[in-house]
Amino acid sequence: MIRLRVNGTDRSFDGDPEMPLLWYLRDVLGLTGTKFGCGMALCGACTVHQNGDAIRSCVTPMSAAAGSEIRTIEDLNKTGLHPVQRAWMQVNVPQCGYCQSGQIMQAAALLSKKPNPTDQDIEAAMAGNICRCGTYQRIRAAIKAAAEAKP
Amino acid sequence: MIEIVNVSRRGVLQGLMSAGALVIAARFYPESLRAETASRGTHADAATLHANLFVGVNTDGIVYLVAHRSEMGTTSRTSLPLIVADELDADWKKVRIEQAIGDARYGSQNTDGSHSIREFYPAMREAGATARLMLVQAAAQQWSVPASECHTDLHTVVHPKTGRKAGYGELAAAASKLPVPKKEELQFKTRGEWRYVGKGMPSYDLEDLCTGKAGFGMDARVDGMVYASIARPPVFGGKVKSYDDKAALKVTGVRQTVAIDPFQPPPAFQPLGGVAVIADNTWAAMQGRRKLQITWDHGANESYNSDQFKKELQETARKPGKLIRNEGDVEAAFAKGGKVVEADYYVPLLAHASMEPPVALADFRDGKVTIWAPTQDPQGVQETVAKAVGIAKENVTCHVTLLGGGFGRKSKADFVAEAAVLSKKVGRPVKVVWSREDDIQFDYYNAVAAMYMKAALDANGKPTAWLQRSAFTPITSIFDVTAVYGAPRHLQQGWTDVPFDIPNLRVENGPAKPAVRIGWLRAVANIYHAFAVQSFTDELAHAAGRDPLEYLLDLIGSPRILNLKDTNYPNYDASYEAYPFDTGRLRRVAEIAAEKSGWRNRKPRKGIGWGIAVHRSFLTYAASVVQVEVSDKGEIRIPRVDTAVDAGLVVNPESTRAQFEGAAVFGTSIARTGEITVKDGAVEQSNFDDYPVARIDEAPLHTNVYIVDSSAPPAGVGEPGVPPFIPAFCNAIFAATGKRVRELPLSRNNLSA
Repeated sequence: MIRLRVNGTDRSFDGDPEMPLLWYLRDVLGLTGTKFGCGMALCGACTVHQNGDAIRSCVTPMSAAAGSEIRTIEDLNKTGLHPVQRAWMQVNVPQCGYCQSGQIMQAAALLSKKPNPTDQDIEAAMAGNICRCGTYQRIRAAIKAAAEAKP
Repeated sequence: MIEIVNVSRRGVLQGLMSAGALVIAARFYPESLRAETASRGTHADAATLHANLFVGVNTDGIVYLVAHRSEMGTTSRTSLPLIVADELDADWKKVRIEQAIGDARYGSQNTDGSHSIREFYPAMREAGATARLMLVQAAAQQWSVPASECHTDLHTVVHPKTGRKAGYGELAAAASKLPVPKKEELQFKTRGEWRYVGKGMPSYDLEDLCTGKAGFGMDARVDGMVYASIARPPVFGGKVKSYDDKAALKVTGVRQTVAIDPFQPPPAFQPLGGVAVIADNTWAAMQGRRKLQITWDHGANESYNSDQFKKELQETARKPGKLIRNEGDVEAAFAKGGKVVEADYYVPLLAHASMEPPVALADFRDGKVTIWAPTQDPQGVQETVAKAVGIAKENVTCHVTLLGGGFGRKSKADFVAEAAVLSKKVGRPVKVVWSREDDIQFDYYNAVAAMYMKAALDANGKPTAWLQRSAFTPITSIFDVTAVYGAPRHLQQGWTDVPFDIPNLRVENGPAKPAVRIGWLRAVANIYHAFAVQSFTDELAHAAGRDPLEYLLDLIGSPRILNLKDTNYPNYDASYEAYPFDTGRLRRVAEIAAEKSGWRNRKPRKGIGWGIAVHRSFLTYAASVVQVEVSDKGEIRIPRVDTAVDAGLVVNPESTRAQFEGAAVFGTSIARTGEITVKDGAVEQSNFDDYPVARIDEAPLHTNVYIVDSSAPPAGVGEPGVPPFIPAFCNAIFAATGKRVRELPLSRNNLSA
């Protein structure tokens, strides 16, 4: 039996310990905000927070998620919108929007560690997250806007 | 031709609207259907059958607008209702958008070809203006004043003389009892009165997209559903010889396996066939599928290799082909001598790789099937699914989810038909999830293309003769296996309409037989045509020792309407009178992009280069200036792109800018690394490691988009940014390195110093 916390709720799982966290979140818990994009940690669409760090849930087996605190886009902020989400809306980042849950989770993790990221920090942190619509310049702008809009 | 009727009491939008609500149906006939529709029953009957848009004004003042086109990031779902809301003078905050199911009464719902705004703009305006006039008339009746003395002011009808006001909600019931006014009675807003059109509005779904609440096809769920992963024949046209599923069935969560029949040629949008593993969750289905032991009969395409095919295609392009357009006599001009320049260009097969792979949920029961799918073409889904499961298309209900990218891939319903076929066999709702590997290996690829270009230059470096020959695997081959030549609707995309003022000009196309499925991808044939034409123009400029911008403008010549009368030129399904090819507009975008970028003051030096290209596609004129930095190791950065766009009237400038920003990134992916190769009939790439697309550190750092203020009718914006970007980018690389890129992708070119 694997125990973990997802968005503040204690959960237990007795299925295949090799099952990636992504499919547990989506198919078992119905938390579909986290997306499937590649299954190989190549695109970042499945990014969630594990104990505050951005991880790729598509290659994180349930056995590796055991005992940890998982946070998904549905619960990024306890009350209202997270500053990153507000910035994303202000800059009008999404086009199709499919990758944006992962982008936002990655950006939120970056800003929690580096509140004032440089251009290089942003590139380094975000290079694992693909946006096929090509919203990158707005992602950069939104991260800077979120950094400036600190509470 | 547009007709608008009052359908308040027909049960349309039932469940959303309370009794007494006003519901207007607008029907829009495509040009080709006029004769047919004119002969149908009564006005109202016809509208009920063919309405493409519903405006509902509820008694609580909420306005319901139905979005009948799919949303994949271009904001059609927002921008079309925005046009209605503007003419209705509605408060956008009180507007709710409902996504239409697939239904022929809406007219075309196939969201491709950058059609949505240009095709439906007039219908949307009339629908809004009609509802507004009915609300005004209802108020005038209540107040016993002439309707002409009343006007609207944001969701309210006002009568200035008496100071009376009434909200739309209060008037809805009375308005619903009125006959629909004639078109002649409608008063459209003047341009200065527009609230939303030309100013724009963010996506209706913006907050949902930022909070994980937006519902994509991947997110569709119904009670009792199971998941499927399918092993398809690795070679196109192959089939299952035999298979062993013992190991697959041992995987926890796997329920059963199901064989899917191979398609009967032509393939069109039929499932490819194979073996499906049905399971309780996606992971189990994928695991089970890996354990399948399948022996394939690869069929006739097993001998196909893209390396060999490339050589054949390039040879074909060098030979005389089918005549597409001819002016003067190029051979006679070439015979006179002068400086002759020749070049071969090549663009490989390209995959769509939308972030959401193909996925569909189908529930077949009692001879009917309900679909939830991220489709660009819900009526196409009805047709394809009906055929696949042997029912009438009226018995297919297709709910359209948001699309996690489309780019043309999701116009093809093969993945939806798979889900329907499996649901019928399994007796439960089935969700088919394509892996990224499936997506890359079983796509409808953008054609592989070879272009041969030849020009003779006079003493001033100006071409006296221009010959261009192409060969590309035609899209039509998926509908007709014998098709080898480009269809007029694909040749028109930047090939037939080469816009240069050259006395001797000849356009040809040669045959090419594909061995994979070919389909349309964002900008389609414009991608390779613009690459060849605009790269060759730059080559000639350098051969002539001229500035590429000045030379390009010289070749375009004086502002005029391109005479394409003697060619087969579908003009993107638009009338040539309304949307002529105007070289003045083409020049203008080139000049704007050049001016805004500072082209004339640029200081090229080793490793830093600027390139320019211009192209008309989907009735829109676009020019890009791309700046690159290329290191000694051949690493490329793109610090800045300046794109000028003349798309006629632009409804939503903000989302239009976003489309052109995105197009530069899409073009970057194609140019840098876009390449699908085939070995022994099977596609060699499988995921973002071997089919890379541009990441944040590879994409242009900043793209500036300048929209020309225009009163010309609206044109496309989703696709036209891609074609000029790629040659502008490659021309910039030449300026920086002296290395001419004639074959894409760049990863096949050695750019190191």
